[in-house]
Amino acid sequence: MGMTRNVSLFTALGYKGKGPFLTFILHRIGGLGMAIFVTMHILASFISGDIGQVLNNIYEHWLFQIVVYFCALFHIVNGLRITILDLWPNLLEYQREAIWIEWAVFLPIFALSVVVLIQTAGG
Amino acid sequence: MGDSKSRTLPLNKRGLNFEMLMWIYTRLSALGMYLFMFIALVGALYMGARYQMSLSDLMRWLFMPNVAHVEQVPTIQDVDAWATLFWKLVASGMYLLATSHGVHGLVVIADDYIVKPLGRKIVRFLSIVMMVSMSLIGLYVIWIS
Repeated sequence: MGMTRNVSLFTALGYKGKGPFLTFILHRIGGLGMAIFVTMHILASFISGDIGQVLNNIYEHWLFQIVVYFCALFHIVNGLRITILDLWPNLLEYQREAIWIEWAVFLPIFALSVVVLIQTAGG
Repeated sequence: MGDSKSRTLPLNKRGLNFEMLMWIYTRLSALGMYLFMFIALVGALYMGARYQMSLSDLMRWLFMPNVAHVEQVPTIQDVDAWATLFWKLVASGMYLLATSHGVHGLVVIADDYIVKPLGRKIVRFLSIVMMVSMSLIGLYVIWIS
């Protein structure tokens, strides 16, 4: 366990966890992303002044917003699936179907919001 | 998938320690945040979001119903309704749930890589410091700045 893995990086990247593993790793990336970026945003709003303004200008840039938005929205949609399946464990047998539904919810909302973010960029 | 039925044990056979409590808390705090997002959605629609906000503006408000998140929206002239005591309370509830949920999430990730008892103690100490300080700073931003 831990840092002493007995598999090569190449083997690890080829791990065939498929859908459930992809959601697991994206959930981590999304959670970590929010922890780092949202903490930065709150601290920037707290200290305000020139430094805070510069940090928040970076945070509010449309490109950065797309990244943060992906982190947050995926974590929210995937988290709802995890919560439902964990609180009603009998549904766990339909995990893969639930993940397909999850993508069907996530992709349209994310795509529409990104279109709006790009359309209003700079405005 | 063949014979892969999930196996569940009743709670009294699973045991209940701090980690188990936090596992449940992570799910329940997530449910709490969905509730706050739903309140923010209904409130925003009631206050005119259907005509005044784009989807991305609305989502920003749902993630954190703080008035600073609608001040940039050009079609909302009067932001007073978005800065009431009610919304500050909703924002505070959302924020405290998010902080505790998030800091515990960081501990879970750290535990996958830091396995020695001393390292885990340090992680827990840092997590408590981070939770208390970020809770106070966030509440200051919501209520005062």
